[in-house]
Amino acid sequence: MRRRLIPLANALCVFAAMLLLWQAVLWIFRVPPFMLPSPWAVARAVVARFPALVASLSITAGEAGGGLLASVVAGVLIALIFAQSRWVRRMLYPYTILLQTVPIVAIAPLILMWVGAGAAAVTLIAFIISLAPVIANTTQGLISVDENLVHLFLMHNASPKQLLFKLRLPHAVPSLFVGIRIASGIAVIGAITGELYAGSSQVGQGGLGYSILYASSQLQTDYLFALVLAATVLGFGFFFVVMFLEWYFLHRWHESARAQDAE
Amino acid sequence: MTETFVAPQVEFAGVSKSYADGRLVLDAIDLTVAKGEFVTLLGSSGCGKSTVLKLISGLTSPSAGTIRVDGMTPKNGRETVSYIFQDATLLPWRTVRQNVGLGLELEGVNGDRRREKAAFLLDRVGLGNVGEAYPRELSGGMKMRVSIARALATSPKLLLMDEPFAALDEMTRDRLNEELLRWREEQQWTGIFVTHSVAEAVFLSTRIVVLASNPGRIHSVISVKLPFPRTAALRASPEFGTLALEVSRTLREATLQ
Repeated sequence: MRRRLIPLANALCVFAAMLLLWQAVLWIFRVPPFMLPSPWAVARAVVARFPALVASLSITAGEAGGGLLASVVAGVLIALIFAQSRWVRRMLYPYTILLQTVPIVAIAPLILMWVGAGAAAVTLIAFIISLAPVIANTTQGLISVDENLVHLFLMHNASPKQLLFKLRLPHAVPSLFVGIRIASGIAVIGAITGELYAGSSQVGQGGLGYSILYASSQLQTDYLFALVLAATVLGFGFFFVVMFLEWYFLHRWHESARAQDAE
Repeated sequence: MTETFVAPQVEFAGVSKSYADGRLVLDAIDLTVAKGEFVTLLGSSGCGKSTVLKLISGLTSPSAGTIRVDGMTPKNGRETVSYIFQDATLLPWRTVRQNVGLGLELEGVNGDRRREKAAFLLDRVGLGNVGEAYPRELSGGMKMRVSIARALATSPKLLLMDEPFAALDEMTRDRLNEELLRWREEQQWTGIFVTHSVAEAVFLSTRIVVLASNPGRIHSVISVKLPFPRTAALRASPEFGTLALEVSRTLREATLQ
């Protein structure tokens, strides 16, 4: 218990020190509030506009979550196709790299043109940007099954369906989670970036990205900081949800859980 | 009682195997294993002993010659064959009990019957109390016991073993050798065992096939006429020592050829 509390206390000390430094900079250099608000002003903005903040947060969470969910479903299905043969992989793999390297800001205007502004466009952007890591990691998991395990299944005349559901898919779950962990981070970034371009045009219905744009145009810097804070909270939230799911599904049997036991 | 013809458990007639690149792995193997025998294939690494097991199980096909398993082609004969690999090859996401039931599950045996059989076999291999544990919680020797229980669960007539105890320490290996013979007595399967350990070969076998390498071929066949049941005490007997020495000498000949 103490071993866990001490690092936590240290982290809080660092946080307090950063706030003090922040405040000190404001006093010493007399920075105007619209350039850099005080921590106190940010806190006040969080409280005062809490409902709007939560509304923006939940819009972005829905878009990022929807995009992530779609890339997990689509990513696993595509990985299943990739796992069929080396030949298929050679033919299609370059396109997943394309998916990873195309700058999202470059295609966002296109998507906006095709789908129109709003949650659908943003979800689509989050989906596109988070798809590649799911495909790559799941494929790796599906094809890296020990040859002797395949032999064992063949010795019992296992059907292709049994090989898939009782061997390849369960074996790929740890790799799938590696993919989801990476994808969850970029899905949030993708959603916020997407909102900068394609967020809702109706006031009060925009997610974090849209609200950040709006707050900066109005020089509401304290609220802008509150929104950035909310975006960070969202990223952490996604990370912890994925970590929890990973722990839930893997802790009983996977070696990664043993590494944690040993700590 | 009239004598009827009984098909041998395994029959190799002029079997050769070469890789895709043309390299010859096995050259003209003729070998007949009768029902109830325990035959060990002994040879240095690279002599194709594992390939023999893969051929028997139909996981790979011969380039020449014919193989019969219980009178059938290897693929058709599979139903009554179990394979034990050098690694325990357990599914880490399944409990020990679910691992033991795997073969039965793939063959469509219902859950109750599987549980019953798994519990019985885990008890037989001395692991009655770890059925609900996951493989990562077990030692190497325990994992191998689970692997053996899984192989025995489908009531095989032929058990193929590919250096199953090579990765274990000597004490564990000796004990598992003794128990393997006890399980054989209870279940009456035919055994084909691959190893490069002379002591293990002599202790387990009714017959030892010494293989020479490059390409793999039969150098000589040695009968082991030590009486069953064999126990730990056998290893200290002069007969065992003499035979082990002879097998050792033959193996060296085969390797140096």
